[in-house]
Amino acid sequence: MNYLLALSRQIDRMSWIAAQLAVLLVLVCAFISVGNALSRYLFDLSSNAWLEMQWYLFAAIVMLGAAHLLCTNGHIRVDLLYLRLHQRQRMMLDLFGLVFFVIPFSIMMVLYAWPWFVEAWLIGETSANAGGLIRWPVKILMPIGFGLLILQAISEIIKRVAALQGKTLLDVHYQRPEQ
Amino acid sequence: MAPAMFVALVVFLIIGLPVAFSLAALGLVCGMIAIELGIFPAQFMANLPYRVFGILSNELLLSIPFFTLMGAILERSGLAEDLLNGFAKLFGGLPGGLAYAVIVVGAILGAITGTVAASVIAIGVIALPVMLRYGYQPRLATGVVAASGTITQVIPPSLVLIVLADQLGKSVGDMYLGAIGPSIAQILIFLLFIFILSLIKPKLMPPLPKEARTPFGWDLIKTVVLAILPSMALIFVVLGTIFMGLATPTEAGAMGVVGAMLLAALHRRLDWQMMWQGMQSTMNITVMVIFILIGATVFTLVFQGVDGGKWIEDLFLALGADDAVTFLIIVNIIIFVLAFFLDFFEIAFIVIPLLAPLAKDLGIDLIWFGVLICVNMQTSFMHPPFGFALFYLRGIAPPSIKSSDIYLGAIPWLGLQLLLVLILIFYPQIVTGLLDKPLEVDIQAIEIKLDESESGAQSKQTTPTDDPADYFKRK
Repeated sequence: MNYLLALSRQIDRMSWIAAQLAVLLVLVCAFISVGNALSRYLFDLSSNAWLEMQWYLFAAIVMLGAAHLLCTNGHIRVDLLYLRLHQRQRMMLDLFGLVFFVIPFSIMMVLYAWPWFVEAWLIGETSANAGGLIRWPVKILMPIGFGLLILQAISEIIKRVAALQGKTLLDVHYQRPEQ
Repeated sequence: MAPAMFVALVVFLIIGLPVAFSLAALGLVCGMIAIELGIFPAQFMANLPYRVFGILSNELLLSIPFFTLMGAILERSGLAEDLLNGFAKLFGGLPGGLAYAVIVVGAILGAITGTVAASVIAIGVIALPVMLRYGYQPRLATGVVAASGTITQVIPPSLVLIVLADQLGKSVGDMYLGAIGPSIAQILIFLLFIFILSLIKPKLMPPLPKEARTPFGWDLIKTVVLAILPSMALIFVVLGTIFMGLATPTEAGAMGVVGAMLLAALHRRLDWQMMWQGMQSTMNITVMVIFILIGATVFTLVFQGVDGGKWIEDLFLALGADDAVTFLIIVNIIIFVLAFFLDFFEIAFIVIPLLAPLAKDLGIDLIWFGVLICVNMQTSFMHPPFGFALFYLRGIAPPSIKSSDIYLGAIPWLGLQLLLVLILIFYPQIVTGLLDKPLEVDIQAIEIKLDESESGAQSKQTTPTDDPADYFKRK
């Protein structure tokens, strides 16, 4: 179990690093978008590469941030009953969700998305727009994102099992995000 | 199969499993079963990565992080403080003056930002203590703050309207135009309510005492103008550029981020820690929202594949919804009830794709439909005890205010929001009046119009009016 908990800590750390990158990209993406709008109207310059860069980064934000959000219990739920459950009951419910919902769905997405990336990589697929970007870097984001999600789900399972056995303490805290 | 899917979803959501993964997993499992039963071919599910990729490459959805970040920065930028200060001085002498100021500032903030949290928190932190100090009834004070912050959702540039436009396949520009009438109507209803209440029960909202007022004169005008100027600049940067066709809604959101940063810098409040916090919560919200959308996409794909659309249609027919007004009333009741449990993103992603085809068949203008639902979903912020606006208020209100005050205070305003829903059902002109087109136009025509604002002006002249004689005269 200690070995597994160490593994869980490593996974959490990896997700955290990916999320920090995603946080940084939020601002970078906003600046690129402003740059695109300004250059189009001030200098009549428009670059497909920079336009596509916007949504490449958007995809990166979503895919790199998802695992850490799972770690912080941030994926939204209807908290009508959840908030009334005891910690142990919450952990059992979470275990059910992780094993039957998160992991199967993420595995499916990796299985579907991986060949898709490989194809784009092998043929060197590029955007259909003139001067557009090469496609594989954004297509690999899907297997990476859902792969991280699988790892994070495993880490969450380890933490909850350990806590249920009384080997560690885990606070299953849930607060709805501000929107 | 469709009813079973629907019931299973309700059960999973109520016991508190994460929304995004419940939707996705349910969609997958039912998809597999449907393939086994031969309802649709295995190839059907292979569309999935394309759909998910379509979400990730949707430029419009990129506006979600931008508007969220802009709101997070504005909330801490000191803008609301200046505005409230200015308007409180302007209206302070009247009974209910501070309440008017809160509503007007709510409207201005609404025209700048697209997120409710930013408005409610920014107004509440500053206005609530002041109102309480000058003897406002706590219930009235919390109610007016929550409601005024919540109007943000209807006033362009609202994030909800962007998401709804995307889900309904309409242009954001038209959605914004359609929302202008209802926004103004909502603000007037709120102001009128305070006015009437101030006549009946002036003790709930005393005017500011003499020593706290600024006499009318140059000083006052200067304070107010200085307070409004930065807001006007921001409104121009975000809304103006969208309406003039200079920027896409996404780019306007990004410019709003930079504008908000400049404003915060002007108030010497721009620092890295504040930015990082804002970016962090933005990232979390973006991931959360997009994952709900991904889950909802999987669910809807399979649900439509097993003829769920037909099932929903039959349900509505069984309820007697074979004309537009009955349909809209039923839909609004459903959404009002759902709003107790779900937030607007879940409603927009799960419920709207199911209802939009029905609305279209009944000849309901989808812009009208979208704006109506947007107004209705304001209530999801105001429902006691789970409404978000109330939740934020609880976080910032002084401990002397009881939770029950916050809940009870919200109820009259909920009523006023529902009043607007009713008005809009019977007077769709409030929504469609500003649109430069007859009621039913296909999507392509709308998109072309957005690109060339001039052709929009032309189509206005050829819009047939109710009176044919009048129409010929104009020609």
